[in-house]
Amino acid sequence: MPKHLQREIENLKKKILNLGARIETVVHEAIRSIEERDVVLAQKIIDEDIEIDHTEVEVEEDCLKILALYQPVAIDLRFIVAILKINSDLERIGDLAVNIAERSVFLASVQQVNASFDFVLMSKKTESMLNKCLDALVNLSSELAIEVCTDDDEVDAMNRQMYLRVQDAIQTHPDQIPSLIHLLSVSRHLERIADHATNIAEDVIYMVEGRIVRHKTEDYKS
Amino acid sequence: MDSKIEVRNLNLFYGSFHAVKDVTMSIKPQSITAIIGPSGCGKSTLLRCFNRMNDLIENVRISGQILFNGHDIYHPGVNLTRLRRRVGMVFQRPNPFPLSVFDNVAYGRRVHGLPKGVQTEMAVEKSLCATGLWDEIKDKLDTSALKLSPEQQQRLCISRLLAVEPEVLLMDEPCSALDPIATQHIEELMRELAKNYTIVIVTHNMQQAARVSEYTAFFCLGELIEYDSTVKIFRNPGMKQTEDYITGRFG
Repeated sequence: MPKHLQREIENLKKKILNLGARIETVVHEAIRSIEERDVVLAQKIIDEDIEIDHTEVEVEEDCLKILALYQPVAIDLRFIVAILKINSDLERIGDLAVNIAERSVFLASVQQVNASFDFVLMSKKTESMLNKCLDALVNLSSELAIEVCTDDDEVDAMNRQMYLRVQDAIQTHPDQIPSLIHLLSVSRHLERIADHATNIAEDVIYMVEGRIVRHKTEDYKS
Repeated sequence: MDSKIEVRNLNLFYGSFHAVKDVTMSIKPQSITAIIGPSGCGKSTLLRCFNRMNDLIENVRISGQILFNGHDIYHPGVNLTRLRRRVGMVFQRPNPFPLSVFDNVAYGRRVHGLPKGVQTEMAVEKSLCATGLWDEIKDKLDTSALKLSPEQQQRLCISRLLAVEPEVLLMDEPCSALDPIATQHIEELMRELAKNYTIVIVTHNMQQAARVSEYTAFFCLGELIEYDSTVKIFRNPGMKQTEDYITGRFG
């Protein structure tokens, strides 16, 4: 591979991995801000999102530059295309972490709901998916990526369960509807984060194997 | 017909040097097939086999078969002049004869004993139109072909082939002596010609192979490593060696 292209690709790899690490941190902090009703931490996440937005634009510009200047093919082409998409998924995950943080600002300002709503299992699973899809990216492992795709069903089920619990709680505690809706939103945001982690995993499979597995669950295994 | 040219277990030796190793492939009609690979991999040698140009080189030994329209071109009874009329070749450097534009295009028809007079004039016009040269030089048919620009000369050489009504055009690095704009024009011409002719192009320029061809064959050290649709080869090749070559990881 020409040295200059190799250098550009290495730099891009470093940037996307740094962005990935940053996103893992903000998701973790957003969940902690909900659990601990930590307004300061939540505000920090909201304020710092702009940095993630800037990095996303920078990564996209780097990808476009490589495409324009080096016309990469085969694995190099698949790498750039996958990074373009992963970059945008990571930025969306950052936005969802901000959404969770905004919910925690609200929840901290009102009385705790009577029913117990913990997101421990769901957030643990979502964080593990995010962690795994980034590991799959680092190690170019489609096996790990396939695991993420199948894990998504579990998070979807947890979100559905949360919906039913909130529905019940609304009937028994109609005075707490605003808080319950915010809690349901947190669940929905976690579920969306898991969806984006799945997208990233699918892009890793494309990068490694050249197979497009999106929209075709049965293809994860072929 | 599924294939215009069918290569079966072709081996070619220059003396003791094994230049083409047991190659089997088929070239689809009315398509552009690109042959790529590092220098000395046997791609031009293979191209020259398709109209038996290698017969002119000493110490060449060939085994296996090449079928053109289903007939073995290495059969002893094959008329070489007739074969080369059907399977013409365009070279790296435009090589017009030191004759007028008209005589260059008409030359092949005379050699092959095709009808003269008005029919030749019509064939010359048709061939020059097919390569987009007619409008540019219809008033200069008597001027020397050597006075044309390199791109016009290359177009003229293609017109010269078309005038004898070939079926296959072999192109050996046809744009390597041309500037980027002229290259673009010749590539557009190739796409146009592929509607009626079968084109096989040898190129060092991988972007060119990706741009113009529908099928790509990758050769290395005389062996056919991979042969597939161009989209597959450049997006997700099946062989590591192909990927390493097209991404510049070796060469």
